[in-house]
Amino acid sequence: MSSFNVLGKPVVNVQLYGHVTGSTQFIDDISFPGMLWIKAVRSPVPRGIIKKLDTKKAERLPGVVKIVTSKDVPNNMHVNMAVVGIGPPDEPVLPDKEVNYKGEAICLVVARDEETALKAIELIDLEIEELPPVLDMEEALKPSSPKIKPWNSNTFVFGSGMDGATPPGGQGRPYFLIKRGNVDEAFNKARHIVEGSYLISPIEHAPIEPHICVAKPEPDGRLTIYTATQAPYFVRDNVATILNMPPSKIRVVSPSVGGGFGGKVDPEFEMMVAVAAMAVKRPVKWRWTREEEFTVSTTRPAVKIELQDSVSDEGLILGRKARLLHDAGAYSRTSPYGVIKACFNLSGPYNIPNVEYRGYCVFTNRQPSSAMRGYGVFEVSFAIELQMDRIAKTCGIDPLELRFRNAYRNNQISASGKLIDDAYLIETMREAAGLAGINLPEHLLKMSSSG
Amino acid sequence: MVKLRGRGLAAINYPTGMNLGGDPSQTIIFAQPDGRFVMCVASVELGQGLRTALAQIAAESIGIDPEQIEVRFGDTEMAPHDTGTFASRTTHRMSNAIFAAAQEIKQIILDVASKIMETTPSDLEISNGKVYVKGVPDKFVTVQEVVNKAQFVYNTPVVGKGFYVKPKSSVDPDTGEADPHSTMAHGCTIVDVEVDTETGIVTVTDVYTVYEVGRIVNKNLVEGQIIGGLVMGLGAALTETVYPRYPSLDYQTTSFQEYVLPTAGDVPRIRYKIIENPTATNVFGIKGVGEMVVNSIAPAIANAVYNAIGVQITELPITPEKVLRALEQKKEVTNK
Amino acid sequence: MVKVKFKLDGVFVEVEAMPYQTLFHLLKDSLGVQSVHFGCGQGACGACTVLLNGKPRYSCLTLAGYVDGKEVVTLAGLAQNGELNPIQRAFIENNAAQCGYCTPGIILTAKALLDKSSRPSDEEIFDALAGNLCRCTGYVSIVRAIKSLVR
Repeated sequence: MSSFNVLGKPVVNVQLYGHVTGSTQFIDDISFPGMLWIKAVRSPVPRGIIKKLDTKKAERLPGVVKIVTSKDVPNNMHVNMAVVGIGPPDEPVLPDKEVNYKGEAICLVVARDEETALKAIELIDLEIEELPPVLDMEEALKPSSPKIKPWNSNTFVFGSGMDGATPPGGQGRPYFLIKRGNVDEAFNKARHIVEGSYLISPIEHAPIEPHICVAKPEPDGRLTIYTATQAPYFVRDNVATILNMPPSKIRVVSPSVGGGFGGKVDPEFEMMVAVAAMAVKRPVKWRWTREEEFTVSTTRPAVKIELQDSVSDEGLILGRKARLLHDAGAYSRTSPYGVIKACFNLSGPYNIPNVEYRGYCVFTNRQPSSAMRGYGVFEVSFAIELQMDRIAKTCGIDPLELRFRNAYRNNQISASGKLIDDAYLIETMREAAGLAGINLPEHLLKMSSSG
Repeated sequence: MVKLRGRGLAAINYPTGMNLGGDPSQTIIFAQPDGRFVMCVASVELGQGLRTALAQIAAESIGIDPEQIEVRFGDTEMAPHDTGTFASRTTHRMSNAIFAAAQEIKQIILDVASKIMETTPSDLEISNGKVYVKGVPDKFVTVQEVVNKAQFVYNTPVVGKGFYVKPKSSVDPDTGEADPHSTMAHGCTIVDVEVDTETGIVTVTDVYTVYEVGRIVNKNLVEGQIIGGLVMGLGAALTETVYPRYPSLDYQTTSFQEYVLPTAGDVPRIRYKIIENPTATNVFGIKGVGEMVVNSIAPAIANAVYNAIGVQITELPITPEKVLRALEQKKEVTNK
Repeated sequence: MVKVKFKLDGVFVEVEAMPYQTLFHLLKDSLGVQSVHFGCGQGACGACTVLLNGKPRYSCLTLAGYVDGKEVVTLAGLAQNGELNPIQRAFIENNAAQCGYCTPGIILTAKALLDKSSRPSDEEIFDALAGNLCRCTGYVSIVRAIKSLVR
């Protein structure tokens, strides 16, 4: 065992005293004199063109300070993950004409309190010409489908330098590709071919603390953004981009966050709050409702994974073909990154020498999805572990035994060509079996990740 | 009313760090006149216990008590750049950066202490908040005294800076060849369920779950992640969906009344174990754990239901409707 | 406007509220009570829980005017003479919080439960906690903390 002084000790969490006395400060406790409140007018339809946005009556309501529209945004188009080279910028802070998901914010009401802002929303005249939405990923991939992205497709283009990791000048593809060994040969050798199609549903992070943000203009032209975020520097960079301001003029402060789980990684609304603050030159606050959390904030994507495995007599997976469809919703956010990560993990903790994996980042007219705890791998682990049990049933092999046989060992090579040097699945499964009272046969007890 | 029992498992791995790397972390540690330290990170305390875990790592790295370190977080003008608190990256990357910063602090402490104790830095070591002459435990001066004298007698700032990045990996566009992660952590979850054939309701009765985390920083914090992740996985497996009729937008959930989360009474009996397999990519062997703990639960439950009813439900969440439809389907097949 | 006179954490308070204002908004936005938290405003998560005449109550579903002449206790009202209440100490000892956002509601619910019955069964504990959602801990450490106080 380790011989550390402090590491490994169950030191009491220093936050607990504040939590049990209610003195831990959260973003909702931040407030400034003269602070105004924001509410948004949101699209009632998943896809359409804004024909009319008449805010004159709302502007005259006592207590309303400003209605913020796309005209108030210095640099409207952005993409959250520009910092890792994902592009092009495909998302407006506030749309000019096109709305691409139900709930997309069209304009902001900045008023003295939330009730006034809500009353003002009722006075805003919004007309949208509805267009047929793209909601089904398989439909989205068909040539006949309406195209909702400005580059005239419903998929992210990988491999042309846009994902930041591949050199520009490569051939762009509508899918991310992993290819190793010779799958066709592996399938020729198959004793069994096992297929499966797996689907996970979009789910909400649902931290008990919703999205709340306060933006405060500072006397010297700077801006401070107080927000419960997992990535202060992401907020800083994205706000700077859309305000056309140097990042050094923007300070981001996150207090203790009331749960993140990946739902507070994207700067989903800080840009809008920043634009509002700069427009009215006063502190502004936006407290999202739980309804907005469910219907607008990012979710885990729906992901469909189709697997085809070539399996030997002994249940060893000789080769695997995978087709992965990742529902990004209306805008990129972190989805291209998520698809790449998912594809790298499609072999799971198993040794599969021949693979061909294709991952599609599909755009639909749905609230954008993004990172959630276990990003990219939650859906993959679901699919490949169900597939293992399917293989076990087909081959008549015990599900645990099957996993021991296929578990990767050190010095094998992963699907991405990486040498494996930290394998430990066999040992982990042995411990789990022990906890569950399963007596493993001798030959499994003798196996080791070291070879 | 028949209750069918089943057991299922899932064996997983999970990468540590942002996919493909290129996600730097930095920290600055500085001392205050009374000898306590302030460590500044742009990471964020989300409830995972970052303030405590990072203080333990800094304390271990310098040779002092965690109570001697105040962790300031989340402010872009109080801490240098950190990529963000996600992708199970913080403890791994930040601890490497903290260790580097600690080495600078230690060097300053040893230099100043060597002047106070009239010896050479190589004769000294730091442990338990004291600077000892090696092998002579009662010849020491406290770190607090050294730090105070450093600033007010020897005119030396006591500041350390640390930086860590896993360099960004290239990706071959035709094969996907790349170095996507620093290291892999592992997990295995075995689940026992009861399926009510009349209502379709799945009850998880027992969970046996093991996670390999590289190196344990704080068992309480790891337990918090395991149990919390388990219950999050339980909801994802059985009840949670924002679009119940996906891909249709119909019945989109708008409240906790419609979006069903587990409550205290829904938690099964849990037996867990945390094991270690230190990684060479971190100074202490630490791997990320915060996300992996969700991923092994839903497939284990799905496989347990498969074992119980003989039909594999391949779509989440495994609602009573889906179970009843699967049982109907099975009856039709057996009747043919 | 309605006049609301009530006892808040042992101190008499007199305020004016809009007729439609909820107790949550009165406490949080008008009186600056830090420990009531906005979680849903829909009466489901329990983060806004206070004790009203000793019983747990969602402040988001209570009109401010309703507490006139009554006693409201928030987490601040639990500590006695600067000493932590035994429930608060049990939560620290059992690591029963992570982000802390649901914690005030849960501790007050636990207090009401233990005031009513010093030996609640597991079922009674689960029942009492059914109206408090926690997304971080998975509840085990919370239940452990409450059970440690059961005589």
